Amino acid sequence: MRREGSPWQGLGVVILKELSDHLTSVRMLVLSSLVVLTAIAALYGAIQQVRDSTAEDLFLYLRLFTTAREPLPSFVSFLAFLVPLMAIGLGFDAINGEYNRRTMSRILSQPIYRDALLFGKFIAGLLTLSISLLVMWLLVIGMGLTWLGVPPNTEEMLRALVFLIVTIAYAGVWLAVAMLLSIIFRSAATAALTSLGLWLFLSVIWTALAPGVADLFFTSDDPATQIIAAQTLARLSPGTLYGEVVLAILNPATRALGPVYLSQLQGAIPGSPLPLGESLLIAWPQIVGLISAAILLFVIGYVVFQRQEVRA
Amino acid sequence: MSDTVIEVENLTKRYGQTTVVKGISFSLARGEIFGLLGPNGAGKTTTILMLLGLTEISAGKARVLGYDPVREPLAVKRRVGYMPDTVGFYENLSAADNLRYTARLIGIPHDQREQRIAAALDRIGLGEVGNKRVAAFSRGMRQRLGLAEILMKDVEIAILDEPTSGLDPQATLELLDNILALKKAGVSVMLSSHLLDRVQSVCDRVALFNSGSIALMGTVADLGRQVLGGGYSVEIEAQGAGLADRLALIPGVSSIEQVDIGRFRLSADRDVRPEAAAAVVEAGGRLYRLSVEVPSLETIYTRYFQGAKQSEGARHAA
Repeated sequence: MRREGSPWQGLGVVILKELSDHLTSVRMLVLSSLVVLTAIAALYGAIQQVRDSTAEDLFLYLRLFTTAREPLPSFVSFLAFLVPLMAIGLGFDAINGEYNRRTMSRILSQPIYRDALLFGKFIAGLLTLSISLLVMWLLVIGMGLTWLGVPPNTEEMLRALVFLIVTIAYAGVWLAVAMLLSIIFRSAATAALTSLGLWLFLSVIWTALAPGVADLFFTSDDPATQIIAAQTLARLSPGTLYGEVVLAILNPATRALGPVYLSQLQGAIPGSPLPLGESLLIAWPQIVGLISAAILLFVIGYVVFQRQEVRA
Repeated sequence: MSDTVIEVENLTKRYGQTTVVKGISFSLARGEIFGLLGPNGAGKTTTILMLLGLTEISAGKARVLGYDPVREPLAVKRRVGYMPDTVGFYENLSAADNLRYTARLIGIPHDQREQRIAAALDRIGLGEVGNKRVAAFSRGMRQRLGLAEILMKDVEIAILDEPTSGLDPQATLELLDNILALKKAGVSVMLSSHLLDRVQSVCDRVALFNSGSIALMGTVADLGRQVLGGGYSVEIEAQGAGLADRLALIPGVSSIEQVDIGRFRLSADRDVRPEAAAAVVEAGGRLYRLSVEVPSLETIYTRYFQGAKQSEGARHAA
């Protein structure tokens, strides 16, 4: 049975409306100022550190993202922690908000499919996140230029660009989580609390818990198997995946994201950087994992939403 | 173009084991106001949602303007305006902005948009507050804004779910006037309600819903005849000798009852006021008052559901 008409009808209208809602909302203002302020603080610390310690570095610019100076964590750790918060803030009331405002059935009685509403909301959220992340990214590059006085080279710019794209994908995962929960729970407060709980669990608790869980279920004489099992479990958290990608992309000397046998290191020159293509290759499974997690979560939400009754 | 705009045959909706709408059939003619009446949970809203393709049809057939709401929902939704029960709007946007969003979703061409929005708001009496945020609107104003959206959409059928619920009497009257105006503009209207006396005044035909099926359907007068039997009750205040016997002889009168000294109540199958007046005058009596009680929907409704309950009780007892 085929339905008539395009599922994309009205998509652009929904995207524009949601985008303007996001960009003018107080919520967005609060979230982005929080993120920008913490990012600037982290960046300032990083610049001090870079100035003090590194005299000769091929990738001075990338150090801006990854260097931490006590007591503040690095810029990327901040992002890994706060980007989900932004995404959740944008998505937790996407669908149940429409029900609670009683606008859902009125909007769906217009000549559009539900697809357009859901997809439009997701795209608008992702665009909003992309805009804020792009602004932050440009801010970092600009501040680096003025404070360090060294221009970035092509390789650094390319790596920074990949980093930006991966961060957007990471935000997409959490946006999809928040939207899925906003479809499942009719109360916005429940959806917000559940996504925040999930965020805390996956970002903080799970990474600490994974080795313990691995010990419970895998018993092996080879410590490497144990470590790999723990790492595999930890990778269920998008935060872990994101951290690994960032490590490979922003630290060109990274040669592997898992445990390495001494024999595998024979002939390697420690500390020598890999070309961008090789770094990408190392992190490719993680990048694909992030993007497919976002798609998978969105699809689950889509299916649930299509089967949902419209009446409030 | 045919004169039937909505045709429903054996429409059924099941949720798991429970059947919410049990094989109903009805049709809506062009330019008609059709009322779906019944208690809450009788299946009115579910029926409406099935007609709009917003919920799946379990069995049966529905045609809206010749389109199948299951396979061609966009074609249906382009031509039908729907105002849900307690309609909601985006509170942070103005009334006009809310309509602008809908207008873009409908696909009203850019050059007509502003003019149609302004015209719709003016017609519904919201022209002055079009740029105010909806957050400041009263319930009645929101319902009117819902109608303005339908006017702007320029539809062939308007489906209104409980349009008068929660409104004060003044706002209800205004809303009903607006509904009549829709009819005048050639729009077929289907409305659901549990407020009977108000709805009675605007509906051409009504369908009485009772736990998922249509119990009765027709004009209000038809229903009165079906449920109340005789249908007309004429009250006479007159003085004179032997009036009761004279009145009882009028053709069509099934029974006569003396309520008080000089007050009689006739049950008849038609309006017998002229004959009654003639009878009193012929008998040399003095006529003080003559009135007929038109069967009200409320009476029909309560009588019908009382009857339904009693027969159900009898069945349980048996």
